[in-house]
Amino acid sequence: MHNLLSRQAEAVFWMARQIERANNLARVLNVTASFGRDGDDLKPWDAVLALYSEEGEYAQRYDEKHVGDIVYFYTLDQENPNSIISNIGFARENARALRPLMSTEMWTHINKFHSELQGLRRSQLRDEKIADFCEMIKRNCQTHAGLVSETLFRDEEWYFYGTGLNLERADQTTRLVDVKYHLLLPKKAEIGSQVDVSQWNAVLRSAAGFQAYRRIYHRGLTGTKVAGFLLLDERLARSVRFCTNRAANMLEELIVRYALEGGQLALEEAKALARQTAEAKIEVVIADGMHEWIDDVQGDVVTITNAIADAFFLRD
Amino acid sequence: MAIPTGGLLSDYDSGIYFDEMFGHGGDRADICRAVVRELNRQDLKVFKRRSKDVDQELRNLGITFTVYKNAKQIDRVLPFDAIPRIITANEWDVIERGVVQRVAALNAFLSDIYNEQHILNDGTVPRDLVVKNKGYQALMEGVRQPHGTWVNICGTDLVRGGDGEFYVLEDNARTPSGVSYVVENRHLTQRTFPDLMKGIKVRPVSDYGQRLVEGLSQMWPGGADHAAVALLSPGVFNSAYFEHVFLAREMGVPLVEGRDLIVENDKVYMRTTRGLQRLNVIYRRIDDDFLDPDVFRSDSLLGVPGIVKAMFKKNVVLANAIGTGVADDKAIYAYMPRIVKYYLDEEPIIKNVETHICREPDALAYTLENMHEMVVKPVGESGGYGVVIGPRATKKELADARKKLKADPANFISQPVLKLSTSPTLTRTGVEPRHVDLRPFAITGDSTWVLPGGLTRVALKKGSLVVNSSQGGGSKDTWVLA
Repeated sequence: MHNLLSRQAEAVFWMARQIERANNLARVLNVTASFGRDGDDLKPWDAVLALYSEEGEYAQRYDEKHVGDIVYFYTLDQENPNSIISNIGFARENARALRPLMSTEMWTHINKFHSELQGLRRSQLRDEKIADFCEMIKRNCQTHAGLVSETLFRDEEWYFYGTGLNLERADQTTRLVDVKYHLLLPKKAEIGSQVDVSQWNAVLRSAAGFQAYRRIYHRGLTGTKVAGFLLLDERLARSVRFCTNRAANMLEELIVRYALEGGQLALEEAKALARQTAEAKIEVVIADGMHEWIDDVQGDVVTITNAIADAFFLRD
Repeated sequence: MAIPTGGLLSDYDSGIYFDEMFGHGGDRADICRAVVRELNRQDLKVFKRRSKDVDQELRNLGITFTVYKNAKQIDRVLPFDAIPRIITANEWDVIERGVVQRVAALNAFLSDIYNEQHILNDGTVPRDLVVKNKGYQALMEGVRQPHGTWVNICGTDLVRGGDGEFYVLEDNARTPSGVSYVVENRHLTQRTFPDLMKGIKVRPVSDYGQRLVEGLSQMWPGGADHAAVALLSPGVFNSAYFEHVFLAREMGVPLVEGRDLIVENDKVYMRTTRGLQRLNVIYRRIDDDFLDPDVFRSDSLLGVPGIVKAMFKKNVVLANAIGTGVADDKAIYAYMPRIVKYYLDEEPIIKNVETHICREPDALAYTLENMHEMVVKPVGESGGYGVVIGPRATKKELADARKKLKADPANFISQPVLKLSTSPTLTRTGVEPRHVDLRPFAITGDSTWVLPGGLTRVALKKGSLVVNSSQGGGSKDTWVLA
């Protein structure tokens, strides 16, 4: 029995992240579509561009900001490397490199998912169809997750997959909160207004956290509570706290179980991030600046990723 | 026995060629009776619909080869024709023995030309034909292979003539491809047309991967328990990448690319998450020229610097060995019957297609006289380049070819136009005869094993003799009856 090839470790780590990115992008687009449902409101869509810091890339390709163009840019635009279709395309290329390691079912699904996307046209993304599209993406990403859970061999690739997945999910959840908290920040008077509450409601639902939230808070829905729940809850599978903790555990188990010689630095960084999210209090985070806290988490994810790459991936 | 009526083959007209299901005028239908009976239970419309489903399944499974058109990557499916090609037990016995003999002769020839060169010294094969051949690698002179095996994996292209006999059309002694389709086609039949196989004993093909890893392991001292084997692929953009994945999986060995490997102290290692891990036997699906930028093409990004030196030091075995390309060249092909006799003192069990070596005066005279009904091929070329097909050539083309042939006879061989056998094949309008060939695969470590089956390629275009996948060819499941 040999260890995983460095190239394959890299491919499986990124495949997990690319699928998760597509999944989250679908969630963000879906919630944004619900914000803008009252008329053709550009503001929330503008926020999505800001969320991924892609105003520049967008402006290079399109003259003006139109809802339809922004939707296309993030869904079927093959020239945008961060679109859903590009992410699934990259994931499929990685899956091809991993084919000897994955079940036929898992490969066949990702291959079909990819060709289904290739067959879609821009006209199939108009208005009310955005929700259907996002549902289709989510469903496929969840099918993928199910196939991973059921069929991926619990060997090194499993731990690289899990580490990549959880780092990406932590990053994406910060973005989901940021889009509402920072970019759509209401004026003082509007806090607690019907629009404000319904937007937080949508964010919560897009992270599939509404039911869980209601089990903790029987009544009331405020920005502070929702943000605290999505970022710091211990049991919510998409929360930053949950995911950073999971990533650190997966990485530790990988290194110990397979007696890997590198990766100590990555593990220390991952544990530090997990500890920090476990100790954080939402009131303090808000008082010190939510946006800065989120920036720090995103920066830590990049640092951990680089440390993992240095330790395990193919380097010349 | 008359061709039975009612069903898929009821209106089938096998035409003027030897037919793989019916022979000449139905005389073979008796042998294939059970298969014909099952096929005649099938309704054409339903059969067509099921065939279409198979095509979709191939796409979903990603059983594709990659072609590049206008810098765009396109994944193509090799069309699968669901009507099987039948080989009887007696026919297979001949093919199997013939392939084993052929591989033995190729290996003996390669050992000799890279060492003592007896066959060149006594003039049985002209020296310049070998040492000036593009496939000849002078750096292999003096190298001895374990068990004398240079060609570990061999694909022998066979055709059946109008007389119902098999002939060798070509040897593939470098990196023959297509075996994944042999195994996957059988899976397809079993999954989507299980009814066709009811009550028919067909020899299995599923253990190819295990046989292959065994054969490769035998190339390392101590064998299976000590050999770390890997498959070296050019990567995901190679047209045969699917096959590389398939073989690595079936063998249970890592699928590596050049960038995964590194040579240190003349030993080959792969880069893993835990550092470097040693390899002993590498089934390489990269051509000689791209294998090692230190020795061959220096611009190759696919290869591994230093791997050839590691091979010379006997720290790694490459399969197939470097320099086997000389043995499957058209020029050498013409001499194969003599090569078989020379090393094995046997007559070839499967004959060559009648071939005239134009550097020999009698053959030249014969070719010039009968050019209008012969195929004239330049040696050392591949892909059909420069081939003149007499019956299809214009007067002017024939005159030009005659001139070229007279100017440099040693550069040409000639063959009669083949009457390739046909096999019933599903077409838009029904079931019609289409021309087929057969590529059996042989694995050699310390001995040779032939996979009972082989790749049957079928020219889907009416009347076409070209079975290549790039030119409208498809494939069939090949049943060797037990």
